[in-house]
Amino acid sequence: MGKVDRDRLPHHCRMNAADTPAPVATADSDWGPLSALPGHPLMWVLIGSELAVFGLALLGYAGARARDPLGFALAQDNLDRLAGVANTALLLASGFFAALANRAAHAGEAAPARGWLAAAALLGLGFLGVKGFEYSGEIAAGHDIDSSPFFTLYFLVTGFHALHVVLGLIILGIVARLATPAAVETGTAFWHMVDLIWLVVFPCLYLMR
Amino acid sequence: MQYQTQNIAKTYWLGALLIFAVQVSFGLVGGLIYIMPNLLPVEYFPFNMVRMIHTNALIVWLLLGFFGAAYYLVPEESEREIYSPKLAYIQFAIFFLGGLSAVVGYLFHIYADHARSYLEQPLWIKLGIIVAALIFLFNISMTVLQGRKTAITNVLLLGLWGIAVFFLFSLYVPHNTSEDKMFWWYVVHLWVEGTWELVMASVLAFLMLKITGVDREVIEKWLYIIIATALFSGILGTGHHYYWIGAPGYWQWIGSVFSSLEVVPFFGMMIFCFAMAWKGRRDHPNKAAMIWSLGCSVLAFFGAGVWGFLHTLHGVNFYTHGTQVTAAHGHLAFYGAYVCLNLAIMTYAFPYLFNRAPYNQILNIASFWITSAGVVFMTVSLTFAGVLQSHLERVQGLSYMDAQDQIGLFYLLRFGGGAVTVLGALLFIASLLLMPRTKTAPVAGAVPAAAE
Repeated sequence: MGKVDRDRLPHHCRMNAADTPAPVATADSDWGPLSALPGHPLMWVLIGSELAVFGLALLGYAGARARDPLGFALAQDNLDRLAGVANTALLLASGFFAALANRAAHAGEAAPARGWLAAAALLGLGFLGVKGFEYSGEIAAGHDIDSSPFFTLYFLVTGFHALHVVLGLIILGIVARLATPAAVETGTAFWHMVDLIWLVVFPCLYLMR
Repeated sequence: MQYQTQNIAKTYWLGALLIFAVQVSFGLVGGLIYIMPNLLPVEYFPFNMVRMIHTNALIVWLLLGFFGAAYYLVPEESEREIYSPKLAYIQFAIFFLGGLSAVVGYLFHIYADHARSYLEQPLWIKLGIIVAALIFLFNISMTVLQGRKTAITNVLLLGLWGIAVFFLFSLYVPHNTSEDKMFWWYVVHLWVEGTWELVMASVLAFLMLKITGVDREVIEKWLYIIIATALFSGILGTGHHYYWIGAPGYWQWIGSVFSSLEVVPFFGMMIFCFAMAWKGRRDHPNKAAMIWSLGCSVLAFFGAGVWGFLHTLHGVNFYTHGTQVTAAHGHLAFYGAYVCLNLAIMTYAFPYLFNRAPYNQILNIASFWITSAGVVFMTVSLTFAGVLQSHLERVQGLSYMDAQDQIGLFYLLRFGGGAVTVLGALLFIASLLLMPRTKTAPVAGAVPAAAE
């Protein structure tokens, strides 16, 4: 904060005198600590909020699990770990393609950027396909959002995450259309968050015994 | 005052102040019934009716205040006169008479017979409210659309449209009690923890812009962050009302997680106001308006944010649901967030509306401290009452009335706090209405618009 404020000191003095015209705002200034982050600062407000929500949900999961370790362990055995691993690989690869798209967009190469974004989105679709396959198996086996405390949290957390994958696909579509460095950076920041959250959710829900 | 049609706000705010006085008076009567149930003849003052007037009058005057705020700030922001002053006065007549006749009707036991707090108005009054809202939205939207568009008016319009849209759910009264509660919260929660927050953020932004003179670009960025976090947490935060109404159990998790974050926008608004006050170099003569604005952000943070969080987690709410903890939260949240907001913008605008230099500053500031002290004292008393009540009823298993007997002392203390609050409210009204005779030169030139 300190550095930013010092840089802008003359600017401030000027704008606080009521009788002088206001300076024209420059693009990404004035966002304080958010100015230094890549992409649109409001995306980082969203990312921060999302991390808080998933963080709280996993904290709740930890609390609920601590009260019933056996019930959670038994319920957890019904999950398809292999599908979870496959989905982790899909999202990691997708994140890599998104990073390549970002690099291409910054090099001014719109067409390759769009191609990498499409590849990232395709793997995202693959993630949703695997998740749907998992859900259908679990539901067929008689588990649903109300069947046990574990499955309530499992369906809530992974379902909410899957909704973010859907939203991420829409965002990737929008930024692919624009293909400007700023847009791609903002869109891929969201996509990496979806990726990152899965990397925390997967071990907590599938692996931890 | 730069625009003639800002005068419309006078009518709305004078109406609001009148109903404010009625609201706090009936609050005092309600507090009295708690400690001396047989003092007033129950056929004239049944508690349910007194409570209904207290809560309904609150909503009516706060909405009148919001309408007034919109009519005051939209011309300045849009840089043009209100589209139709005539429609604005017609809207006032419908809304004010509707609100007043609802309150008077309650005295004669005329109300919709489904038990929905805040929405007890008979159908014809609800329809009148909708007509008034439509006129208002048309009028304000036309003004904004034809004029300069700012983040402040955009957020204000979003909030005001949301208020009207969600009110429509008041017309839908499902037979099933669970569904009835679910849709009732669409109005009540999505008002106070959604759309009203947008109005609050935009009015505070306007006040900070005018009082501190901080650059508009800085203020707009804060505004965007605040409303982003408000909508993010507030919409699914509705889930914290669905714990025990018969909704599926997963709402306990959705409600707990999202509503925990509802403190964030209120924290943001508090930091915003103080950051702007600290950053702004302008020495605005209306100190009272500044104190109400800062007080608004702080008391909203504690009342809505902290006191809300206290009982929002489902594990805690299992014990505290429907106890005086809720009443404590309700009082400080409504006061901090929305009462203080209205009183702040009125304090700021009255001198301009009546062409006076800022007047009665000491009395006004004193009324802030007295009213706020009264409400905070009530809140603390009710919090103690609620914690004790939770323990007696939900842990020890006492019956409701046996528990009530044990917490009488706190109701006595609450009544004291309530009396102080009413005193403060009357002093506030006096500080605005007892204005000096001398008019100042046209104020618009004397206080330049903020550096924008």
